[in-house]
Amino acid sequence: MQLIINGEKHELDADPTMPLLWALRDLLDMTGTKFGCGAGLCGACTVHLDGKAIRSCSTPLSLAAGKAITTIEGLSSDGSHPVQRAWAEHQVPQCGYCQPGQMMQAAALLADNPTPTSEEIDVAMAGNICRCGTYTRIKAAITELATDAMESQP
Amino acid sequence: MTRYFDVSRRRFLKTTAVAGAVVLAMPLLTRERGMRSAVAAEIARSSDAKLFAALMADGTVEITCHRSEMGQHARTAIAQLVADEMEADWDRIVVTQALGDASYGDQNTDGSRSIVFNFERLRLVGASFRAMLTQAAAQQWNVPPQSCRAEQHKVIHADSGRIIDFADLVDVVGVMEPPSPEQLTLKDRSDWRYIGHGKPIVDMRDVLTGRGDFAADVRLPDSVVAVIERPPVVLARATAYDASAAKAVPGVVDVVEMPALTENPVLYRPLGGVAVLATNTWAAMQGRSKLNVRWSESPNDGYDSTAFRDVLQRGNERPGDVHVTRGDVDAALNTADRAHSAEYYVPHLAQAPMEPPSATARLVDTTIEVWSCTQNPQADQSLIAEFLDVPPERVKVHVTLLGGGFGRKSKPDFAAEAAFLALKTGRTVRVQWKREDDIRHSFYHTVSAQRLEGGLDASGQLVALRHRSTFPTIDATFDAGAEQVPGSEADLGLNDAPYAIAHMRAETGRAPARVRTGWMRSVANIYHVFAQQSFMSEMAALAGRDHREFLLDAIGPDRVIDFASQGSNFANYGADKDEYPFDTGRLKAVLLRATDNAGWNRELPAGSGLGVAVHRSFLSYVATVVEVSVSDSGELSIPGVWVAIDAGTVVNRDSVRNQMEGASVFGISLALHSNITVNKGAIEQSNFHDYRVARITDAPAAIHVDIVDSDAIPAGVGEPGTPPFAPALCNAIYAATGTRIRELPIADQLRRKATA
Repeated sequence: MQLIINGEKHELDADPTMPLLWALRDLLDMTGTKFGCGAGLCGACTVHLDGKAIRSCSTPLSLAAGKAITTIEGLSSDGSHPVQRAWAEHQVPQCGYCQPGQMMQAAALLADNPTPTSEEIDVAMAGNICRCGTYTRIKAAITELATDAMESQP
Repeated sequence: MTRYFDVSRRRFLKTTAVAGAVVLAMPLLTRERGMRSAVAAEIARSSDAKLFAALMADGTVEITCHRSEMGQHARTAIAQLVADEMEADWDRIVVTQALGDASYGDQNTDGSRSIVFNFERLRLVGASFRAMLTQAAAQQWNVPPQSCRAEQHKVIHADSGRIIDFADLVDVVGVMEPPSPEQLTLKDRSDWRYIGHGKPIVDMRDVLTGRGDFAADVRLPDSVVAVIERPPVVLARATAYDASAAKAVPGVVDVVEMPALTENPVLYRPLGGVAVLATNTWAAMQGRSKLNVRWSESPNDGYDSTAFRDVLQRGNERPGDVHVTRGDVDAALNTADRAHSAEYYVPHLAQAPMEPPSATARLVDTTIEVWSCTQNPQADQSLIAEFLDVPPERVKVHVTLLGGGFGRKSKPDFAAEAAFLALKTGRTVRVQWKREDDIRHSFYHTVSAQRLEGGLDASGQLVALRHRSTFPTIDATFDAGAEQVPGSEADLGLNDAPYAIAHMRAETGRAPARVRTGWMRSVANIYHVFAQQSFMSEMAALAGRDHREFLLDAIGPDRVIDFASQGSNFANYGADKDEYPFDTGRLKAVLLRATDNAGWNRELPAGSGLGVAVHRSFLSYVATVVEVSVSDSGELSIPGVWVAIDAGTVVNRDSVRNQMEGASVFGISLALHSNITVNKGAIEQSNFHDYRVARITDAPAAIHVDIVDSDAIPAGVGEPGTPPFAPALCNAIYAATGTRIRELPIADQLRRKATA
């Protein structure tokens, strides 16, 4: 089957029931996407499938094949994506393990809705656990991007 | 005890060319005064010198971090300490992670001690470099060293305007004797560039781009993944399993029975079970699901945490082992104007770091090489050596980034599993724990019941306090059958009650440990401070007085508490009581700051309230105020949290702020949601749907952190933000609703009350 990851095509001979997460991490050595729960409960494995945030731990390869997959490695390789820049500015990470998933979730939210309200941010981010407890910074980073987008609207 | 500089020439990193570099190390831990005298210089040619800092041929400064990075920003803080004193340009430093090695001194990253232990010695390393570089430049210019100064990777001779880069001094410095520490002058505090305000974290770019290497991210050639089915009850062993069914899964390469753990003490040893090895994690998980393992009986089969609660509570109905005694509590309670008692309960908890345990191991010649997300690499080394009966020097432990630790990763059972499988199969093996494994096979925060009794005099002042606490001790993990609570746990919130009252007693009951028990962020402070600081609010209410005023009166005048003379065994976190006195003035100051910042006496709408708690732990003083709003249906929200911390000198203010924010959210998890229950010896929870932790929807709208400016020597910051949170929240709920929470988690207690 063919996976299109960050614009690049990969031919894989793999069990179609294998979750996308393990294909990324084990078959392609793309380890930026993290394993947290294996059950779609924590969001550490969040990637984009055709622009939507999905849990790669619970998405079989059969559903991902042929679609555009974006991982943290593809958000930007140099940390220049606005979400990454906002994360750096607000010094969000503590251990950093959940942050690729948090940023992918936030990037999908903002692509879909550049000016989310406080409640919309909470709803969108509620599936992503940070055990270090960086939630107030995550929210501040997203809120700033939303405010910037609001101010740049005509 | 001596400490020495180890100066060596070392292979230039990341090139094949050999170039000169200067390496300075101070391998031995020295915190006591007067230890600076015995310093020897040693010239060595070694590629693996025990280094803290190296000046490379191109002027790059390589700083070794010997503490584990798990989100507390140790790698950044350690680099700040060395680079600041060295006057290194922040853009010309790199941080490398140390292997596990006793010559670094203590590497056990727990107890909030990375800065406490290393604040001085790391600055001395930087200052040594600065002195040598300055002297080298002065020699070249034939001017007195005092006329030169180091500044941002250069040495400057102001009189002549000459400037030389550190890189151009490497060869000269390389043949110099390092100065002895008493010849060194540390910078004045006012000259600090990096210490204090702090720098952005050194790992930011890697974390933001997914390149940070956590244990599960280690990729070595020809490695296989092992997923292990472990016994549901501690001390049970596998009696039968279907290896052939597992091996029939494509990708599965082997099934290996782990050595069974059948006797106490459990120590850090692996639990046993059956490992499935496969070419990828998914295949290993599929294979494991086919094993159909049968388990033997275990002496822990009868453990039921619901029934055990009665055992714990009964333990508080009779006198226990005495830790604090002064005055005559019984008489004082009997003669008090008003007396009150209350019982509290906190369940087992799991640390549940976001990164489930993982480790990779391989055999290289006769050395077992391990990559582990460990808080304590020397424990990996000793455990693996003992478990596999090999000499410790043949166990090499690389420390990866940790995706959270919270105490779970102080216990390296997972690394020993990987090492065993590597030795047994000859393969490179990466052990991956599932989340279910992490929740079911932790070293749990212990379950506790507590009973407090207090007496007031006619003026509403606290005059007597008895605190009884019964819980299975962590000692049972190391000492089979241990039930007597040691000072290491009683000191955390029981022996250190800071009240200026004549009659006080603290006792612990005895209870057996029936699951593996271990440390979790702030440890026994969690339940002791929840109970004691809630009870102080209860006593204030009984007195009809403002909680803050009541607390300030009970703490009494500004003074340094001499616990020994107060009938307490308190050991002050192992720190010298002159270096780290328990100062009630500092305790009251954070209480006042947090409450003032929160607007303590302001009017709040119905259903809203403010609650406070204050505690000194890990040598830092923290007060937390929580504002809570409870709806008619019992739904709770937290509009604001105000934390004030006095941690002495802080190295990185923003990291301290981050720790206080994170500790508050950690407090929300355990106050609102988290609960490990045990039935027939087996943990009933398995993943984040039934072992709940805080989500963004639970987070406070704002967490205001006030860091006290202080010249006192640094104290801990990783843990002390946690203990005050739950009692502050529950005191706020009382203020908002009149409902007193005495049992965690709160879960649906408020909703049930609302519908009742």
